Amino acid sequence: MTEQPAKPMMETRGLTVRFGNAVALKNISLEVRRNERLAIIGPARSGKTTFLRCLNRLNDFDHDYSRSGDILLDGTDIHGPEMDVVALRRRIGMVYAVPVPLPWSIRENITYAMRMAGIRNRRVHAEKVESSLKLAGLWDEVKDRLDSHAQDLSGGQQQRLCLARVLALEPEVLILDEPCSGLDPISTARIEDVLEELKARQSIVLVTNNTMQASRASDRTAFFLMGELVEVGETKQLFTAPREERTNDYLTGRFG
Amino acid sequence: MRLSPAASQRAAVAVMWTMTAATIGVLAFVILYVLARGLPHVTWEFLSRAPESMGRRGGIFPMIVGTLAVSGMGVLISAPIGVATAIYLTEYTRKGMLTTIIRFGADCLAGIPSIIFGLFGFVFFAVGLGMGLSILSGGLTLALMVLPTIIRTSEEAIRAVPQSFREVSFGLGCTRWQTVLFVVLRSALPGIGTGIVLSLGRSISETAAVMLTAGSAMGLPQSLFDSSRTLALHFYILAREGLPMSKAYATAAVLIVAMLGLNLLAYGLMKRFHAKAR
Amino acid sequence: MRQDRIIRFILMLVAFSAIAGLALIAFFIFKEGVPLIFQVGWRDFFLSSEWHPSEGLFGVFAMIMGTLMVTAGAMLIGGVFGLSLAIVMTQFSGPRLAGALKPVIELLAGIPSVVYGFIGVKTIVPLIRDHLGGPGLSVLACSIVLGVMVLPTVASISIDAFRAVPRSFWEGSLALGATRWQTTCMVMLKAARSGLVAAVILGMGRAVGETMAVIMVAGNSLAIPDSILAPVRTLTSNIALEMGYASGLHRKALFAAGVTLFVIIMILNTAAITLSSNRARAKGGAK
Repeated sequence: MTEQPAKPMMETRGLTVRFGNAVALKNISLEVRRNERLAIIGPARSGKTTFLRCLNRLNDFDHDYSRSGDILLDGTDIHGPEMDVVALRRRIGMVYAVPVPLPWSIRENITYAMRMAGIRNRRVHAEKVESSLKLAGLWDEVKDRLDSHAQDLSGGQQQRLCLARVLALEPEVLILDEPCSGLDPISTARIEDVLEELKARQSIVLVTNNTMQASRASDRTAFFLMGELVEVGETKQLFTAPREERTNDYLTGRFG
Repeated sequence: MRLSPAASQRAAVAVMWTMTAATIGVLAFVILYVLARGLPHVTWEFLSRAPESMGRRGGIFPMIVGTLAVSGMGVLISAPIGVATAIYLTEYTRKGMLTTIIRFGADCLAGIPSIIFGLFGFVFFAVGLGMGLSILSGGLTLALMVLPTIIRTSEEAIRAVPQSFREVSFGLGCTRWQTVLFVVLRSALPGIGTGIVLSLGRSISETAAVMLTAGSAMGLPQSLFDSSRTLALHFYILAREGLPMSKAYATAAVLIVAMLGLNLLAYGLMKRFHAKAR
Repeated sequence: MRQDRIIRFILMLVAFSAIAGLALIAFFIFKEGVPLIFQVGWRDFFLSSEWHPSEGLFGVFAMIMGTLMVTAGAMLIGGVFGLSLAIVMTQFSGPRLAGALKPVIELLAGIPSVVYGFIGVKTIVPLIRDHLGGPGLSVLACSIVLGVMVLPTVASISIDAFRAVPRSFWEGSLALGATRWQTTCMVMLKAARSGLVAAVILGMGRAVGETMAVIMVAGNSLAIPDSILAPVRTLTSNIALEMGYASGLHRKALFAAGVTLFVIIMILNTAAITLSSNRARAKGGAK
């Protein structure tokens, strides 16, 4: 019973993506398991970010974008007719490479998505602000100045605010696009700690340029190269005994 | 004789700076000339009382009301249309045939002389639709006249809102309309406000178009269907008829002060806009 | 997204109001004015200077000439001063000074045209009358006042044109040892050419269309002016002067003058818009 493999949280089947004539992703089949941290590594322009943006259909806004293959969230096709894309984006929370606090107060940043989702109860707002900031490890630093401007926070704090903003929606999957690329080591470590704790609550997909980060902060790792999924496996295994030559070359610094 | 490059640069810069200084001088002269002759005659009585014997005595209160009514109406009608157009052009469509046509229309409209707007407003609103020479006709004519300015400034303000804000909002599961309303417009509001304030300034200064559409009645307007003389037109009539110059100058001073005030307001809004979009 | 499509559709309808307004204006002005041109005969309308509404004579030739003369004069003054201001602001001053000069343009553009006209009457007209002769109300006075009024248009569009030139052009020229002035003349003016022409054309549009200031300083006599010190009547001032009491054929004739004005303006507008969109396309292509 316990060994029964659970249905994956998210799954792509033969996902191919084009922007105009350029192929960005080739036939990617990858699953995101429940309560795991999946890292995606690879050199620049290997399709990591495109892959992430497929998961919450943010690429839909790009007019050149075309796709074949399926993406399933908890077994349901996210492009299916019964899937509401707005609801989908609430279930899949995204954090961007550069922290983008909206130019409002800390509190407003967190309550915005709730208000737009029709939750107007102030008590719920207050509870969510506190719980999500606690989850993101920012509560103690900002609890006395929730109404101050979000852009007055430091870069690391801003990124944790962006994380809290997403967590307030209780997403089932958390996707992070190089969330630490602009941060100092201490801020990076804090975010990695937060991800470790969050694992119990949601599945996490972490795109990163930093292979060390992937080895520290993930359970499984996928290696992307020029739009292809080269290899995916347990992080320990992939880093110590990669099956593919190209993975080994990348990890030992021969390119990328 | 050939001048050395450095010498010819000095000469050219001197000439151009002189012309620039002259331009600044003209501006200062115009403003000071009007204020110096007009402000001493601007009293509370002048601002709060109706004119007597064709404006020889008394004040300009009905004209202030008329100006506010006509210009205010023009901007109130034009602002939502202009902002909606800007939203459509920036957020809801891509560059293409349709946007080219809409932009061409707006750009052309911006170049149409006010007297043509006046002729049009006269045959269409005043005569054709039976509104007569009235605040309504004048306001609608002005609305059409300032529309391109509002479209253009709103478009610029909306484009200045970082793309990443929209991405964040979409990523948080908000619809396009929610994003436009609560993220984009909120950030662009000071910039849009600047355009609206400048349009208000343009409507207040306008003379030819309102002369043919709002008429020149001097009484205090009681409804939108009443004719009402605006300040700029009142000033024109006083100046032309050679009625007491003190009243003409005082009216011009009120116009100039209003213009300076609106420009200051627009400047303040613009500063706030840039501070916000840092 | 159904809601999204509905909103898009509504916004699209609203967005057409500018072009719809333009079409309405064109339709009504033409509807009122064009029949009269045919009734009078286009020769007797455009090529005759006999404007005697009471006798059914509606020739606008003198007014067209008058409009052209004051426009040329205005562009000479406003063009040179406006371009200088733009060059000073973009080429020979730092951001702080440029920032301080910007309100000058905005305020010049904000002063009501009736105020310009009135100050022209009070200062320039007597100067001309006393020192150069003639009645003072003249082509010259009109050109000066209009020159000041078109200056902000020319300056602000020229500034945009200069700002649109890639900085590398400017740096490249300076790096080759050219002075700033040589760079301005040889590189910047050339690179910004189409934008500058658009600025002048739009300035012309302003001058052609200006009404109230012109009425006040032009003298408004019906003959073709024989010198720059002679009074003049333009298309616009003719409409504004006579619209108040005109009726019947006379009113239609004023609309016909409006048609003439409208056509001139649309030609100028289209030229300016084509020039600036060509520039945008050239820039996009060079990328």
